[in-house]
Amino acid sequence: MVVARPNIHVKNRVAIVGAGLTLFRRRMLETPRELAWEAARMALEQAGLTLRDIDCVVIGSAPDAFDGVHMKGEYLADGAGGLGRPTVRVYVGGGTGVFVPIAAWWHVASGLCRSVLAVAEEKMSPAHPHPQGVFAYIWDPILERPLGPNLIWIFALEMRRYMYKCNVDKKTIAKVSVKNKRNALDHPAAQAAANITVEDVLKSEVLVWPVQRLDISPVSDGAGALVMVSENEARRVTDSPVWVEGVGWTLDNTHWYNRDLAYPRYVNYAARMAYKMAGIERPWKEIDVAEPYDPFDYKELHHIEGLMLARRCEAPKLLEEGWFERDGELPTSPSGGLLGVGNPIAAAGIMKVAEIFWQLRYEAGARQVKKPVHKGVAQAWGDLMQAGTVIVLGN
Amino acid sequence: MAGKEAKLPGTYLKGDEMYKLPGLVEHRPEAKYSFAAGQAVSRFLEGLKEGRILGKRCPRCGRVYVPPRSYCEYCFAPTGEWVEVSGEGEVNTAVVSYISTFRERLEEPEIVGVIRLYAPGYTGKEDEYEFPGLFHKLCGVTPEDVMSGRVIGMKVRPRWKPVERRIGSITDIECFEPAEG
Repeated sequence: MVVARPNIHVKNRVAIVGAGLTLFRRRMLETPRELAWEAARMALEQAGLTLRDIDCVVIGSAPDAFDGVHMKGEYLADGAGGLGRPTVRVYVGGGTGVFVPIAAWWHVASGLCRSVLAVAEEKMSPAHPHPQGVFAYIWDPILERPLGPNLIWIFALEMRRYMYKCNVDKKTIAKVSVKNKRNALDHPAAQAAANITVEDVLKSEVLVWPVQRLDISPVSDGAGALVMVSENEARRVTDSPVWVEGVGWTLDNTHWYNRDLAYPRYVNYAARMAYKMAGIERPWKEIDVAEPYDPFDYKELHHIEGLMLARRCEAPKLLEEGWFERDGELPTSPSGGLLGVGNPIAAAGIMKVAEIFWQLRYEAGARQVKKPVHKGVAQAWGDLMQAGTVIVLGN
Repeated sequence: MAGKEAKLPGTYLKGDEMYKLPGLVEHRPEAKYSFAAGQAVSRFLEGLKEGRILGKRCPRCGRVYVPPRSYCEYCFAPTGEWVEVSGEGEVNTAVVSYISTFRERLEEPEIVGVIRLYAPGYTGKEDEYEFPGLFHKLCGVTPEDVMSGRVIGMKVRPRWKPVERRIGSITDIECFEPAEG
């Protein structure tokens, strides 16, 4: 595979000027489009804009089967401000949340739109007794479904491989869960914030060893939105725009069992593409704050390595040294991540981008990292260990 | 957005509150599918019925695909000849499942894994990123073998169902079991 050569001759530089979130909760009264509307309204309000100022809309949502409504883009369009405008829905599984601002970026960078409302929504609660059943349909119908797989199998297989290859134990990995759930205590959307210990994680229900209950982010409803505009617009509406400096995304194949899961190649390619666009040569030095995707605790470490914020197999060691704490050298998931804030799939990814936005504007309140920040990266992962989406922001 | 004090929109429902909502609609989709296995995998499934594991080789880059693909994903060219692999291989990763597809607790835990199959042209070296292999159940190993890591790298081979019970399915292989002994 080759790393894509990004076109750096963009027509417009792109800035994020507003962000909005709903609460993340196990189940909520609001319909999917009401959630989308609440997040979109807040993002516009923070940007000091109204829907009238928006040219185009980008919507993101993961499988239709969660909400139980097909054509989710069309369904969400009115709540996302998409009526009468060029509106599109994008989807790359769990990678969707970061892919929404990536797609919004090319809408503006190309010169097609001056301002975009980027909205991500997920409502997982309609599927019951448990949305796990819906995940059954991501597996290959011929070669995988006859084995009766559960979604957690694939994570457990990847986690086990990573533990083996990098010689890491569950005790170390559990520290990600402890850190993120604690960070989330300061996040107003948080669903699973808690002060827990490594022992709590190791004593929680074993689902698919090595994965236990507290290694996993919760099932959630929620929405998030960003307002993204061209440089001219940004200068007009704010003194503190946050620039999109690089974007990257790649897909690997669905034949996950023909690849060594210990290292996320697809995330690395996406990261290289984004860093190249951003002119970043040494991400481990140049990135000040990161939101790597953490639906499972080991995945944060896995993604830190894919993002080249640590050498291969070195993330666990740096974690032990406190490197990734809010007052550490390279804070990761200062928001509390999916483990702490919650995991309404597409909305969780955009929540991570929103966190970097707030961090770079020094607006994160109690969550603000200790060190000065200039550049941050947010990343999401998706599907059968195959989708990587990365966005680099700067202030 | 500042810290905890910010009030975000959204109305949380407890489980029982959700089920008491006025106008709550319950719906179970009625949809039944029949999936065709395609050019390459249909032949592969025929092979399983005969107790053989078949793959395809890309004539350009030499990659061996098990399960087979009709085309090489990298060269974007048709894959050429069929190759038969022995079915022996090594466990790449393995886990112990205590839950079903629908998250019910299983009485007996189930062990599943990824098996890296031996194939011509593949050294099996640790740094090989891509390899011919299958996702399947493992038998003859214990949860302790998985937890201690003993199972990783273990040499295994397929345990076939008796011929009369094979139907041309991935489950014609009952599981992979330790090759020694």
